[in-house]
Amino acid sequence: MKYSYFPGCTLKNKAVDLDHYARVSAEALGFELEEISEWQCCGGVYPLGTDEIATKLASVRALNDAKEHGQDLVTVCSACHHVIKRVNDDMKNVDDIRTRANNYMKLDEPYEGETTVLHYLEVLRDKVGFDELKKKVTNPLKGKKIGAYYGCLLLRPGKLMAFDDPENPTIMEDFIRAIGAEPVIYPYRNECCGGYISLKEEDMSREMCRKIEESAAGFGADMLITACPLCMYNLNKNNGDNLPVCYFTELLAEALGLKEEVDEQ
Amino acid sequence: MKTEQKRAEMIKEISGVNPLKCMKCGKCSASCPSYNEMDIKPHQFVSYVINEDIESLAESKSLWKCLSCFACVERCPRDVKPGKLIDAARQIVVRERGRNYLLADEIPELVDPDTPQQLLVSALRRYRR
Repeated sequence: MKYSYFPGCTLKNKAVDLDHYARVSAEALGFELEEISEWQCCGGVYPLGTDEIATKLASVRALNDAKEHGQDLVTVCSACHHVIKRVNDDMKNVDDIRTRANNYMKLDEPYEGETTVLHYLEVLRDKVGFDELKKKVTNPLKGKKIGAYYGCLLLRPGKLMAFDDPENPTIMEDFIRAIGAEPVIYPYRNECCGGYISLKEEDMSREMCRKIEESAAGFGADMLITACPLCMYNLNKNNGDNLPVCYFTELLAEALGLKEEVDEQ
Repeated sequence: MKTEQKRAEMIKEISGVNPLKCMKCGKCSASCPSYNEMDIKPHQFVSYVINEDIESLAESKSLWKCLSCFACVERCPRDVKPGKLIDAARQIVVRERGRNYLLADEIPELVDPDTPQQLLVSALRRYRR
């Protein structure tokens, strides 16, 4: 199976690990990530204003490219996923945005939200299947107690993201089980890390991350996993290295016995 | 039309929110991780728009404390989406000349070697035009 792949700005720079581990693991699991040519940054946050058109066009271009290739669009970064999925919903369901974006884009055929947007975790759950993944694990991460850190962007707004139950998600815990480790469920796993606020209101983000990490450690987690480079940055910056934080793709590659191959690159 | 009335209309238009649907249950404020830092709380924000007191919102530090975490949007039983109202008020401010919350010149001092690109593009989009 071949997917259109939108890596996003951070996966080409500060979060190259998140990207590399995702690609080698995909190959081992029998699906291919074909990078969209000339993709542009999604902007990091979804432009909430109903009159915001130009700020949504980068997503529309990527979505339309996937449509022209007849492929589903896959993202790994939580933020890219959030932005592109919501813009796709606008293109499908909001007449004004669809009309204005298409008037601007002048495509051969108007884009009307035809592309399916999938997060890499959804590919693992819905396309590969966690049972299949489990069979392909050569190096089960036995004995590791892992807290899934969901944050905000993958889950909310729940009806629109349709990723998992926004208040009681299970996808990352199921992933952790599939790679042979033990998930730790803790109350703060879907609370915000502070996001972009850490740029100007560092103290606020520090306090939020402290609560998340205390909550996870208190319930017995040895480490946290995330899909978001900004969550990773905020959690690492504010936890004094007490609780290691790792991209979920790194553990996936490790469980598939591919980590060394990537690390040598 | 008075300016404040016009600005209230603009907030409703940009956000697509009907503040009159609010039944003042306070669940948005109870869910908000930035509640303690906000001078005008999310449920009060809705009332300010209804009362067309937009200048107070424009001056409120709440605009810069909202995380866009969508907890209020998710949990609102009336689908009022207070986070979208806050964003619309933020838009009204940053779209005015000279009222950006983040200036290009201050960025070098705010970043460190690990700062992800995502942080900068997100902050630029929320804090300035």
